[in-house]
Amino acid sequence: MKQKVKFILNHKPVEMEVYPEERLLDMLRDDFHLTGTKEGCSVGECGACTVIVNGKAVTSCLMPALSVEGKEVLTIEGVGANGELDPVQKKILEFHAVQCGFCTPGFIMSAKALLDENPDVTLEEIRRAISGNLCRCTGYEQLAQAIYSASLELRK
Amino acid sequence: MLTIKNYVKAESLEQAYELNQKRSAKVLGGTLWLKIGNRNVQTAIDLSNLGLDKIEETESTFKIGAMTTLRQIEKHEGLNAYTNGAVKECVRHIVGTQFRNCATVGGSIFGRFGFSDVLTCFLAMDAYVELYPTGIVSLEEFAKMPYGNEILVSLIVKKKSMKIAYETLRREATDFPVIAVAVAKWDETYHVSVGARPAKAAVVAVDAIEDAAEIAGKFTYGSNLRGSAEYRQHVAGVLIRRLHQRLEEK
Repeated sequence: MKQKVKFILNHKPVEMEVYPEERLLDMLRDDFHLTGTKEGCSVGECGACTVIVNGKAVTSCLMPALSVEGKEVLTIEGVGANGELDPVQKKILEFHAVQCGFCTPGFIMSAKALLDENPDVTLEEIRRAISGNLCRCTGYEQLAQAIYSASLELRK
Repeated sequence: MLTIKNYVKAESLEQAYELNQKRSAKVLGGTLWLKIGNRNVQTAIDLSNLGLDKIEETESTFKIGAMTTLRQIEKHEGLNAYTNGAVKECVRHIVGTQFRNCATVGGSIFGRFGFSDVLTCFLAMDAYVELYPTGIVSLEEFAKMPYGNEILVSLIVKKKSMKIAYETLRREATDFPVIAVAVAKWDETYHVSVGARPAKAAVVAVDAIEDAAEIAGKFTYGSNLRGSAEYRQHVAGVLIRRLHQRLEEK
């Protein structure tokens, strides 16, 4: 039997009825049709499913949908505002840190969670923060440099 | 695959305990390990409304609520000052930040998993668990207990004049450990905890660490795809010696 969940999704109050075992990832993609968040491994290892819940990056492929009752959920679709890209997004483009793009939403969410909490971070802290996100294409260096550049921008 | 018939956010420990008496019920921690298993759960019990996601520090104790995440203990300044960064070290290899923002101390401790860095590290300290309705039990005793239907409320660490260090061997970053070791000195005694044997962590107390290999020999080891029993025992001895040296330098 489905149960109701009410929460804030990308700055707007929403509610949905879901089966109890439904994951946050399933609800976002299948019920809200927000397909920017990806399913890479289903076991929380690759980070492609990363979204931000109450300011913290989480693995939506393992999180029950019903657990976000009353919380604020931000997906890649909610990043940036009024047609403007977020600094992290701009820098990822500027540093050519995208190839196939599958991992990119997850990296952006991990980076945004880190920099929203504190933009004054070192490159080493950035590497650690994104260590839960896997990329088969870029080799990570451009991603780390792009996020570091975004952090410098945000400190201004 | 995990199926759930009914999802309940418990309003009290009593309600959570009552619901958990049925064999088909399950308490949800971070739901990380549960979600990738095969289980039919009649009632999933969510403890997130019970205020168990805090770390309370007093002059004599740390009380870490069962729903505290691994990321919270990783970043807690007081806990890491007390343990010389050992708590931060014991969780920093666990998958990634977003995973640690979901995984709970309660899930790690109650699960008594063989691979648990958290259990290994805290077992070397003067640590206890608070169970509802049972009460306070030493972590060492709890680690040996079979799974029961009580609710894990908090992990309590009594402050001592303590030095502690933690180290693991992993084949790759963010992988499960091949072997995990914590060495702590408090009350004039060394407390050596070895986990990922691959069995769950166990602890021995010794007056001195003169022969680390001999102390490593006090534990039992097994073989699996990450390493042989002999290799694990050998590396446990190496890590005990290194951690002992590290404590002596402090």
